[in-house]
Amino acid sequence: MELYNCSLEELGRLFARGEVSALAITRSVLDRIAELDAQVGAYLEVDENGALAQAEAADQRRRNGEKISPLCGMPLGLKDLLSTKGMKTTCASRMLADYRPEFDATVVTRLREAGAVLLGKLNMDEFAMGSSTENSAFHPTRNPWNLGRVPGGSSGGSTAAVAAGMAIASLGSDTGGSIRQPASFCGVVGLKPSYGRVSRYGLVAFASSLDQIGPITATVADAALLLGVIAGFDAFDSTSVKAPVPDYYQGLDREIEGLRIGVPREYFAAGLDPEVEAAVNQACRQLGSLGARLDEVSLPHTDYAVATYYLLATAEASSNLARYDGVKYGFRDTQAESLIEMYRRTRAQGFGEEVKRRIMLGTYALSAGYYDAYYRKAQQVRTLITQDFDQVFRDFDVIVAPVCPTPAFAFGEKVDDPLAMYLSDILTIPVNLAGLPAISVPCGLTAQGLPVGLQLIARPFAEEMLLRVARHYEQVSGWNGCRPQLQGNKGKAVR
Amino acid sequence: MMDYEIVIGLEVHCQLLTQTKIFCGCSTDFGNPPNHNTCPVCTGMPGALPVLNRKVVDFAIRAGLATGCEITRNSVFARKNYFYPDLPKGYQISQFELPICLAGHLDIEVEGGVKRIGITRIHMEEDAGKLVHPEYSGGVSYVDYNRACVPLLEIVSEPDMRSSAEAVAYLKALREIMVYLGITDGNMEEGSFRCDANISLRRWGAPHFGIRAELKNMNSFRNVQRAIDYEVERQRDILDGGGQVVQETRLWNVERGVTMPMRGKEEAHDYRYFPDPDLLPVVIEEAWIAGIRAGLPELPAAKRRRFAAAYGLSEADIEVLTAERAMADFFEAAVGFFPQPKPVANWIMAELLKFINEDKITIEKCPITPEGLARLLRLIEDGAISGKIAKQVFARMYAEADNDPLRLVEEEGLGQISDSAELAKLVDELVAANQDKVAEYRAGKVKMFGFFVGQVMKKTGGQANPQMVNELLKERIG
Repeated sequence: MELYNCSLEELGRLFARGEVSALAITRSVLDRIAELDAQVGAYLEVDENGALAQAEAADQRRRNGEKISPLCGMPLGLKDLLSTKGMKTTCASRMLADYRPEFDATVVTRLREAGAVLLGKLNMDEFAMGSSTENSAFHPTRNPWNLGRVPGGSSGGSTAAVAAGMAIASLGSDTGGSIRQPASFCGVVGLKPSYGRVSRYGLVAFASSLDQIGPITATVADAALLLGVIAGFDAFDSTSVKAPVPDYYQGLDREIEGLRIGVPREYFAAGLDPEVEAAVNQACRQLGSLGARLDEVSLPHTDYAVATYYLLATAEASSNLARYDGVKYGFRDTQAESLIEMYRRTRAQGFGEEVKRRIMLGTYALSAGYYDAYYRKAQQVRTLITQDFDQVFRDFDVIVAPVCPTPAFAFGEKVDDPLAMYLSDILTIPVNLAGLPAISVPCGLTAQGLPVGLQLIARPFAEEMLLRVARHYEQVSGWNGCRPQLQGNKGKAVR
Repeated sequence: MMDYEIVIGLEVHCQLLTQTKIFCGCSTDFGNPPNHNTCPVCTGMPGALPVLNRKVVDFAIRAGLATGCEITRNSVFARKNYFYPDLPKGYQISQFELPICLAGHLDIEVEGGVKRIGITRIHMEEDAGKLVHPEYSGGVSYVDYNRACVPLLEIVSEPDMRSSAEAVAYLKALREIMVYLGITDGNMEEGSFRCDANISLRRWGAPHFGIRAELKNMNSFRNVQRAIDYEVERQRDILDGGGQVVQETRLWNVERGVTMPMRGKEEAHDYRYFPDPDLLPVVIEEAWIAGIRAGLPELPAAKRRRFAAAYGLSEADIEVLTAERAMADFFEAAVGFFPQPKPVANWIMAELLKFINEDKITIEKCPITPEGLARLLRLIEDGAISGKIAKQVFARMYAEADNDPLRLVEEEGLGQISDSAELAKLVDELVAANQDKVAEYRAGKVKMFGFFVGQVMKKTGGQANPQMVNELLKERIG
């Protein structure tokens, strides 16, 4: 197999033994990007020279006999809302088209310290708002399994790159499903950690109380390796939690015998694509065969999750995005005659339609006279949704569900119908509202050859359990390491 | 005196004396070059997050306890959203629904006694930056973010004040307490203690408050008084003429001595407050409050009562000595070394204050220590030096930062000559050399005694112990 299609786990082993150099791995991935990215459009910026230099440094570290982290020498991609010092961080927005941060995000610092090779910045929906990566101000990203389909969003660039071998792994962010939904569409593993598990410092905020950075990888083991490096308390983020970080990788193979798995009936409601439902049901049976006990459970407030989310997330976004005013950095309209006019024109031209739509919604939800009816009410419902999960986790270890009601949809299919687009996050959003960890693992392909994802959800800070269950499932599922066939643009699976 | 009752409420912004800003590690030093004290957090760069400075909470609790407030056990930071170039994030982190202190009070001295002014709330917030409009720039403005994220307490009073004099008395008392607590320098000119006033008039006995105007930009007690007086007149004229006061924010124009509208009603802001999701609620345990309560200093009013009782000083003396906590501390430390309150007070007020006022320095910077002053007073008491000499020694102690008056006295040979043999020798010589004057004295010219005393003093450069000289002379010629 080509190096670019290997997992972090395999490459790390080869690298540690000196059987392959970081430079060779990095070249393999850079060549793959050069060969394919014109079709896929996963990257906004590739830092070839930087990556090669980092690869050389990693090789040097190994030659010097230094202690090697599992990520040392591994070429990774970053969603373009993670601040990278001196390197453009655009959030796929015209507003930040030329913005170069003065500092690295904490996760970026941790990757650098681990000796990872940072390939460049990956495409996304503008400011992480969207479910298809069609909302990038620069260009859309295509699904490597079928170039006529969206990769999902908003971390579509991060998932497409991993699926197509244009990064061994990547980091994305998940506010309402933005890691899990595109991971499901692209047939890769996407982990949304518990809120507070990974520092948000340097993550350009969309909705602060919901955002969480997480790994996007080819395998569950890779997710465990990557999470192990980025997780943990950070003094620069008050909401990051001072809980010890277990060795997720070492914990993977522990038994899951006697595991209790809840299957929420509300997640299998009308609108669920029959092929998705079939793949998830098959996965449930396989989990059962591993010795887990599955029972139907209820999360009664699920119906309110989307409405709650679009009030809270937009309210926070309207405030978080106020700083893009043309005063200090980023895009500025130069025609305006007055200060107010400068703000108006800068924001009118700098933001795309979806971002403006959400800022307006959020501004309205917070405005005098509507706060109680919308924002405060939404917070109350959020509490109820969290309590639903608490209730289930009293008796169950993991919840299993589909990730998205459908497989990847076609370009333009939902772009003129924001509400239909918002509903594609219906099964991922409750997890963000409750701050829980959840993972998407591949669980099948539709007749048209589109990946389907399985969602596993655990109680707060139970990532170790989540990864272990996902790993056991992955090993019996037969979908492990499934890759799209790209040259023929047919999207056929090859082993 | 007039048909209306004046109703005044004050909002005071008090800049805290922390080393670092409220949400980042940048310095709060005043006077650095523009944008020197900044980082990604205080300039609101994308992705940067605030982390609360615990010291600010300490100070807020201290302020709350000193003004009889309840301390909120779970207080919450909120975002106040508005656009302004000096506001780096497009919102100010402040407190709204759940401020850290609620329902306190402050007693002020008014004609005829003491009046209690309610304190509605005290909350923590960050300051904004500062716009700079240089003349040379051709209409271009700059922003200095050094002040952005500097910690402030906002102290909001009830509308309990009924005259500009009461407002100023309240402000003075509040400033004095906050400075005593060591949480602010109280410098009004540098803006570290600033005040907005809400003013309205209502006919006596009317059930509701009148429509109010908010006054900003008053940077001294005098300006507060003048601005309020002007505003009261302005509103009275409007009401007398049958008009209605417009609810608006007005700026005090110092040069012209008038208040002027700052922004119109149509630009009234909807701040869209909501809890800041980047910051956790501030949870305050009982032990935290108890620790701060135990460390609270004695407050000015209590100190004045105690000074009157313990030292028997006049009200005027006490007023001067307690105006600043450092002054009172100096006095008490000196009395500890030299337990005679009156001379200690006199020396502080007459000499020490004269020197530090001339040099425009605070008493903390004064080179003379309480112990040094006490030693000097001890030398006078022991008769080693005269009061007049003591003043010279004091000047040298101040100039040379030398707190050992005894060494100075010895070095300069300023000590009194109390050696009876030495003085006796001098007196004998004088008597021998001036037998004619001795005769005049003995013949009844009493004034001649003074001649001999004067001669001794002249010969000793004023250092002879006058009492001993008297006794010796009486012995020889009396």
